[in-house]
Amino acid sequence: MGIIFSILSFLATIVVKSIMNRIVSKRQLAAEVFMIEVEAPLIARERQAGQFIILQVDESFGERIPLTIADADSERGTITLVFQTVGRTTHLLAEKSVGDSVPAVLGPLGQPTKIEHFGDVVCVGGGIGVAPLYPIVQALKGAGNRVTVIMGARSKELLILEEEMRAIADEVIVVTDDGSHGRKALVTEPLKELCEQEPRPNLAVVIGPPIMMKFCAETTRPFDVSTVVSLNTIMIDGTGMCGGCRVTVGGETKFTCIDGPEFDGHAVDFDNLMQRLRAYKPREDADHEKCHQELETGRGGSE
Amino acid sequence: MSGKSTKELHEVACEVLEGLKERLGTGAALNARERMAIPMQEMPTQDKVLRRSNMNEVSLGFSAEQAQVEALRCLQCKNAPCVQGCPVKIDIPAFLHAAGEGRFDDSVEIIRNSSLLPAVCGRVCPQESQCQEVCTLGKALKSVDLAVGIGRVERFVADLQRESGKQMPPTVKAATGKKVAVIGSGPAAITAAADIRREGHDVTIFEAFHKPGGVLVYGIPEFRLPKAIVQQEIDILEAMGVKIETNFVVGRTRKLQDLLDKDGFNAVFIGSGAGLPKFMEIEGENLVGVFSANEYLTRSNLMRAFDTAHAHTPIYKSRRVAVFGGGNVAMDAARTAVRLGAEEVYLVYRRTEKEMPARLEEVHHAREEGVVFHLLQSARRIIGDENGRVRAVECIRYELGEPDTTGRRSPVEVEGSAFELEVDTVIVAIGNDSNPLISKTTEGLKVDSRGRIVVDERCQTSIQGVYAGGDIVLGAATVILAMGEGRRAAAAINAQLATEG
Ligand SMILES: Cc1cc2nc3c(=O)[nH]c(=O)nc-3n(C[C@H](O)[C@H](O)[C@H](O)COP(=O)(O)OP(=O)(O)OC[C@H]3O[C@@H](n4cnc5c(N)ncnc54)[C@H](O)[C@@H]3O)c2cc1C
Ligand code: FES
Repeated sequence: MGIIFSILSFLATIVVKSIMNRIVSKRQLAAEVFMIEVEAPLIARERQAGQFIILQVDESFGERIPLTIADADSERGTITLVFQTVGRTTHLLAEKSVGDSVPAVLGPLGQPTKIEHFGDVVCVGGGIGVAPLYPIVQALKGAGNRVTVIMGARSKELLILEEEMRAIADEVIVVTDDGSHGRKALVTEPLKELCEQEPRPNLAVVIGPPIMMKFCAETTRPFDVSTVVSLNTIMIDGTGMCGGCRVTVGGETKFTCIDGPEFDGHAVDFDNLMQRLRAYKPREDADHEKCHQELETGRGGSE
Repeated sequence: MSGKSTKELHEVACEVLEGLKERLGTGAALNARERMAIPMQEMPTQDKVLRRSNMNEVSLGFSAEQAQVEALRCLQCKNAPCVQGCPVKIDIPAFLHAAGEGRFDDSVEIIRNSSLLPAVCGRVCPQESQCQEVCTLGKALKSVDLAVGIGRVERFVADLQRESGKQMPPTVKAATGKKVAVIGSGPAAITAAADIRREGHDVTIFEAFHKPGGVLVYGIPEFRLPKAIVQQEIDILEAMGVKIETNFVVGRTRKLQDLLDKDGFNAVFIGSGAGLPKFMEIEGENLVGVFSANEYLTRSNLMRAFDTAHAHTPIYKSRRVAVFGGGNVAMDAARTAVRLGAEEVYLVYRRTEKEMPARLEEVHHAREEGVVFHLLQSARRIIGDENGRVRAVECIRYELGEPDTTGRRSPVEVEGSAFELEVDTVIVAIGNDSNPLISKTTEGLKVDSRGRIVVDERCQTSIQGVYAGGDIVLGAATVILAMGEGRRAAAAINAQLATEG
């Protein structure tokens, strides 16, 4: 009896493990940008806007990378992830199909976004940063705010989730660097105009490449519009154990994984952040290059 | 160290045994004088130059003859101070007695009565400040270095059992229908899980990382503790029916209170470790090239970044490395940097070698591997280049001041002694505080001013049915203490579940 029971429970574990973190849908949003929905019922149940997960595509040798949770459906037990293929892990993730599973997904991590009734809020998303902005816009709307979204990308092909944003925001301003869609401008231009208007926005939420967040923070600073940024640093554990994710905020050291990922944009030392993000750059560039060569020659990235 | 090879050391032991053969054949026990005359057995080690470029274990372990000869050195003294010196009170004279007679299986079983992880503890316990410090033989020979090599014999008998496949999962009693959650999978958690499962309770381990083992897998390097040994302990837990949920952070994936209230767990053991790296809080600490030892070691060990051909996780390429600290963590980081190809590795410590909390053997090994010790020095600031990368550390020198009331001479800064140490990498290994993730997400869980979970003598926390042990209670301590606490907590949990009927 005992033996049968343990065999059964052993089988049960195998079954549970193999269907864990299964990819249930996959969509390509732009040239190098993918959106996947992953079965992760525990994370879907607990997550709040602004939180992230850490995943691995291989538990033996894989890297642990953080990705913000773009959306979650607690009833279906799924979370939505949007990622750009920039390194080895994201390339390998992009090669996965519906039905495949992601070997390790840990979360939800980090502090949730502070959601309350602020009044007028401007949300700025750059490139892939539009994805993590989406649940925040949703939550801010839910709390009764008037939300203006500024979304930008290098060109039309790289712009993601425009329709989705239009469906929930009060106003959407689209800009592209090359003018191929919306206004030909950087996100800072409409942001500045909004700050110049009366009444000024009560809050700005900015998510995107560090350089964009830096300039957005500089744009809002003279107008005294408090500005929240969401940082994506190098991480390992995501629980405060390694300190690899540390950032300098207001002259103090903070751990992005437990104190963040959102911080006061006017206090973040962006130059230090950008330098730290480039710590392993020579190697990552080589990986990116290698993956592209392999994809082009049709050999795929897996070993 | 004599520099003898493994084979030579083995042959020396064989000769000693041969010489004792007749005497042992009489059946009468050796007397103290005879025992004291037996030469101490040296640990065979990997060549000190070759090992600088591999991750394989440095200490190779005794042969059976060496273990037997070393065990015969034990005076079998009646008061056995070694047992008092052992945090978990292993019956050391008894296990050495069995090993001295070549009854290695019996020997390891005696250890297992008190310690679940002899292969681990034989390798990482600070024996020279525990059992071996107070050893009567060492006292008689006037050197702790000449005490019985208790840890080495322990390691041998445990390895022999493991390698011969004789290590069986303990028997598990009939299912009780009670459920216990164990948070973490370090030595405290492994021990608690095994002891609770033995009583027939259903046990689930929740581990934040993707691999179980705690510091034993992410912190302590392969060259000191082979990961296969830890994995075997985990395999045994699984064979006993302990469920292991990796990639699960209690407090985030699920709140501790929900485990009790909603998921049907009858009790919880928290063995979440220290796990919050301290930094020096000096200028330049966030420059590129400054790492906590936790990060550096985790990249190399758990993420296997040393294996550059396979691992996706990068590790910083260094030429000159300064490691700050003087404990095991600092030694591990320095020796890992050596193996990752750094040309110069400095270990900077504020006091003198005598005060270093690291195991003696690790200090020896680090020196042999070329780590340069900068004693009575510490960092004042870290200096970066134009790209925000480490260029140098400004250090200051200390001298030992007058003894204070406790007789301890504290370091005093030498005026005008500042100098620059040119390095491209800085590793901070000055200790760990308690990780607040669980206490912050669990209402009513009492912690002290340093964030350590407060427990009573039964290891129970301020919440009924929630127990804790190991580094999260003690602050960064040792494997053996964590194991001992896991055991004590398990006994209390088993008692609680038994009375609940
Ligand atoms: C580099 C290094 C070298 C060392 N060398 C020695 C030595 O030579 N000898 C010696 O005796 N001691 C040594 N120590 C100390 C020793 O390793 C620790 O005292 C011991 O491991 C503590 O055991 P533990 O079970 O309390 O916790 P840990 O081993 O720290 O394990 C805790 C586990 O809990 C997990 N966890 C934490 N929070 C959560 C959560 N919220 N949810 C789920 N899981 C969680 C962690 O991921 C971790 O795996 C060393 C420590 C380090 C870092
Ligand atoms: S990722 Fe390790 S502390 Fe934040």
